[in-house]
Amino acid sequence: MSITYLEAIREAQAHALRDDPRVFIYGQDVGAFGGAFKATKNLQKEFPGRVLDSPISEDAMIGLAVGTAIEGMRPIIEMQFADFSTVAFNQIVNQASTLFWRTNVPCPITVRLPFGGTSGSGPFHSQCLEAIYAHYPGLVVLTPATVEDAYSMLLSAVAIDDPVIFCEHKFLYYHLKAEKLPSEALPIGKARIAREGRDLTIVTYSAMVHEALAAADELATEGWQVEVVDLRSIKPLDTDTVVASVARTGRLLCVGEAWPWGGVTAEVIARVTAEGYGLLDAPPQRLNAKDTPVPYHPNLWAAHRPTARSVAAAARKLIRY
Amino acid sequence: MLQTVSESRTVGETQRVAYRFMLRARLLDDKFAALYRAGKIHGGVFLGRGQEALSAAIGVHLNKSDVFAPLIRDAAGRLAFGEPIIDAVRTYLGSALGPMRGRDGNVHRGRPQDGYLPMISHLGAMVSVVNGVLFARRMKGITGIVGVACLGEGATSTGAFHESLNQAAVEKLPLVLVVANNQFAYSTPTSSQFACSDLANKAIGYGVESHSVDGTDFSACMETVGAAIARARAGHGPQLVIATLLRLCGHGEHDDASYIAPEQKNSKLGRDCLKVAEDFLLKKEFADAAQIAVWRSEAIREIEEAVAQAQREPAPDPYEEKWSALSSEHLNELREES
Repeated sequence: MSITYLEAIREAQAHALRDDPRVFIYGQDVGAFGGAFKATKNLQKEFPGRVLDSPISEDAMIGLAVGTAIEGMRPIIEMQFADFSTVAFNQIVNQASTLFWRTNVPCPITVRLPFGGTSGSGPFHSQCLEAIYAHYPGLVVLTPATVEDAYSMLLSAVAIDDPVIFCEHKFLYYHLKAEKLPSEALPIGKARIAREGRDLTIVTYSAMVHEALAAADELATEGWQVEVVDLRSIKPLDTDTVVASVARTGRLLCVGEAWPWGGVTAEVIARVTAEGYGLLDAPPQRLNAKDTPVPYHPNLWAAHRPTARSVAAAARKLIRY
Repeated sequence: MLQTVSESRTVGETQRVAYRFMLRARLLDDKFAALYRAGKIHGGVFLGRGQEALSAAIGVHLNKSDVFAPLIRDAAGRLAFGEPIIDAVRTYLGSALGPMRGRDGNVHRGRPQDGYLPMISHLGAMVSVVNGVLFARRMKGITGIVGVACLGEGATSTGAFHESLNQAAVEKLPLVLVVANNQFAYSTPTSSQFACSDLANKAIGYGVESHSVDGTDFSACMETVGAAIARARAGHGPQLVIATLLRLCGHGEHDDASYIAPEQKNSKLGRDCLKVAEDFLLKKEFADAAQIAVWRSEAIREIEEAVAQAQREPAPDPYEEKWSALSSEHLNELREES
């Protein structure tokens, strides 16, 4: 038996609904239809009255979630695409994220954002918004890169007493597979060494972990051992694991599919430079998507985002510095 | 004669209670304005002058188990819903012992665990939160409750208003959306705010019931708001109440409201609902002038005591402050700095 990243997300939601009567799902087309990506397939049938269709009203969807959280519920809100969460931006960053700090009443909502680029999706179905949510105090931002993490981190997200922005990568939905669901997991806030190496550290997350691993394979054939750190969680960010890796390799390349300005890659470099300046043998580098909207055509899209090839090229340059 | 007075006392009890909340709110607002002018309040002060009848009418028709999301001019409704005067005073004076602990101020106060929601500044944003509380309670099998969200006419122009009223209608939630059309959103007149001839017509588009009322008329507010809340409580779905009145102050105490024309102030719209309510009580013999004078002095004493108490209380201490926006403390970022 094998299970995909998308199926793991469905299974985690089924598990949460089964285990905790406070959990319910609210989102566009999530009911009988099973969601635009089928992440809630059959859940309405299995859990009657707890998987509910919403109108196309992202702002009111999150507002409603906050209200139910005040009443002790643990809503999972599916945004059809991460891109549309900007319509709910106010409720997420001003209502949900400030509630506990202002009132001492926790706001345990999970907002699922199907995010990231897939070929042909274009400017409004491809965005990576993790950095902009991580900017706001009061939010936890998770970016699982594996089937196992998609499952266990979504379960953790529902259990966390704070608003969680759960960034699930659409590119990984169907073709990332695992043999079985995990029974244990690293705690939230801990990064994972996805591959060990001694010549260079690549810090990345979500779909870019797989591009980085492919780049590391390519560089291995040239004799270089590249360490790949999968952040797993953007906020909190595991600075300790990153700095420890840089201490071993002396070189840092940060890779993110998001836009470069003020992003996660910039944050990682700022932290490593501040806390591990003496560990660096070369100026830290980063590789991001280009600073334009995400293009539609596959030729443009493939050049817009970092790929194994461009990651390998950037790594080579940094190793030779 | 004595018998008549006693009967009218029973008959007029709700009106008497509502009037006392109006009076207390007006006097509390006056005190905040005085403290503001004396430089004793940090940040803005926002008064409900002219809106007390509408606001009190909401509060007295709600039960403790209901949900209330007031806006900036709802001091009367807040008190009537059960907010102690000291909560309002502590929030305005930034006492560490207040419900917001100095983290938020002035009209941004509430106790969400009690169904009393603290507004964020983004207009219309509280309505869907009220929907959520009602939605959760329905999931838990709780019935017979209502949730009231207060807005001004300016907030009817927001996307949040549209999304949340539509959401409540689709879910048939017991929401009462009360719009105080006080003619100005800060300085913007209604002619620049909406083009429909009557805001109540908006209800048709959402498939909800609507009610219109003269917001300066105390007795009418009591009747209309009471009826709307009863309709929602009885399961007739969301209710939209449009109250027409005039803001008898600036947007905040920093604003002299010079944009409001004298003709408008002197029109029937500009009459003071507190005076209208007082005349009503006297005419109906629900209270006499002596009784009202006693209520006034009682309210003043209560307010003065609350202010004196809050002024003696500790201010928030930045060294004691947790500086943590997360309830899950183990997930805090950069915790080494704290």
